[in-house]
Amino acid sequence: MNILSYLLLLIFSEGGEKGGSPLDVNPGVILWTVVTFIFLLLILKKIAWKPILNSLSERENFIKDSLEKADKAQKDAEKLLAENKVNLSKAEDEAQKIIEQSRELAEKLKVQILEESKSQAKKMIVDATSEIERKNAEAFNKLKDQVADIAVNAAEKILRENLDKDKQVKLVNKYLDDLKN
Amino acid sequence: MWINNPKMITDTVKTALEVTKKQDTSWIMHHVLDARELDFSPFGVIHLPQLHLFGIDISITKHVVFMWLALVILVVTFIFVARSYRKSLIPRGITNLTEVLIVFVRDEIARPTIGKGNERFLPYLLTAFFFILTCNFLGLIPYGSTATSNIAVTATLATISFIVIQVGGMMKNGIFGYFKGLIPHGIPMWLLPIMLVVELLGLFTKPFALAIRLFANMTAGHIVIMALLGLIFILHTYVVVPVSISFALFIFLLEILVALLQAYIFTMLSGLFIGMAVHQEH
Repeated sequence: MNILSYLLLLIFSEGGEKGGSPLDVNPGVILWTVVTFIFLLLILKKIAWKPILNSLSERENFIKDSLEKADKAQKDAEKLLAENKVNLSKAEDEAQKIIEQSRELAEKLKVQILEESKSQAKKMIVDATSEIERKNAEAFNKLKDQVADIAVNAAEKILRENLDKDKQVKLVNKYLDDLKN
Repeated sequence: MWINNPKMITDTVKTALEVTKKQDTSWIMHHVLDARELDFSPFGVIHLPQLHLFGIDISITKHVVFMWLALVILVVTFIFVARSYRKSLIPRGITNLTEVLIVFVRDEIARPTIGKGNERFLPYLLTAFFFILTCNFLGLIPYGSTATSNIAVTATLATISFIVIQVGGMMKNGIFGYFKGLIPHGIPMWLLPIMLVVELLGLFTKPFALAIRLFANMTAGHIVIMALLGLIFILHTYVVVPVSISFALFIFLLEILVALLQAYIFTMLSGLFIGMAVHQEH
């Protein structure tokens, strides 16, 4: 028993004589702690926690809404982009088709024009040939008339110059010579 | 065996006691303990007023002054912060700092521990967190003193926590329902008296642990720092100076962590106990 009491004494003895123990409880401090803490709680609840927590939740909701809105806007934009892409490819197809069609048309037109010009040329050649023939015939006819005229003229001259054989031959010859020239 | 020789043991204890009485460690305690004056040596000492009410000593002490300092700091800071929120929802400056802590208390302490209905207890938890945090940090500044290293302060805070826990539980479940909910379902009838005692004891051990934990953590760091610095004067040599200073600095950095950690733990455990009292089905 003696040992135990000494051990207890050793444990609970303070180093110095003056000064208390950290385990001393001062009733005044308790009172002031209660007063201070309750006062702080009431003041901060009114001036700080309520407005700050409200602002925080307000901002959180705002951010949430904004994010949702942005998400929606992005989805819309993506949809629009896809639509645009489809439209663009459609327009390209259309343009390709139009080009193809016009190319075909041009080809057709070319062939047609070529054909037309060919037939026209043929016709012109035919025309020219017939014209030439006609002119030829005309010239021949004229020549024939002139030759007949000349022959009649020569016959007339011969008749006028008596029918002397030599003279005639000479005349004919002369005449023929004239003709030659 | 030493038991067989009580004479030797008593002698040893007597010698040890005498040696301890001779060694003056009061200067460490002087730093840690409450006082009736503010010691700004070498610039002077401010004596605090002595007050008595109904025969109870309610004098203003050093720790009370530092609690009031914490109160003033918090009120001024939060007036400023609340005004900055009114101006714009975007935090800047000191608002960033307080917002991190407020959101931390709300999202990491109140919501997970209490769950549904945590908004009612949020003001208490936030106030306790910021008050303890500020008091803890005030002990780390020069000439400062840690109000939370006073057992009376921590016990009072724990008692307020206890009241909040009980009242919260009773308001949710009704007074009768709350006490009925304390006893777990499906235990044999003959265990009931024992369980009742155990559960009632459990109610009081929770805040007791809160008080002792905060008090011990906030006291221990200071004592260790003073003891490390005291080595210089006890050993009378400059050789230990670098060791003492670097170790004291390390402990000081640790104390910054502990100051944050203890404010968090006190608040978190309060929230946990409130949650247990409010949602008894778990």
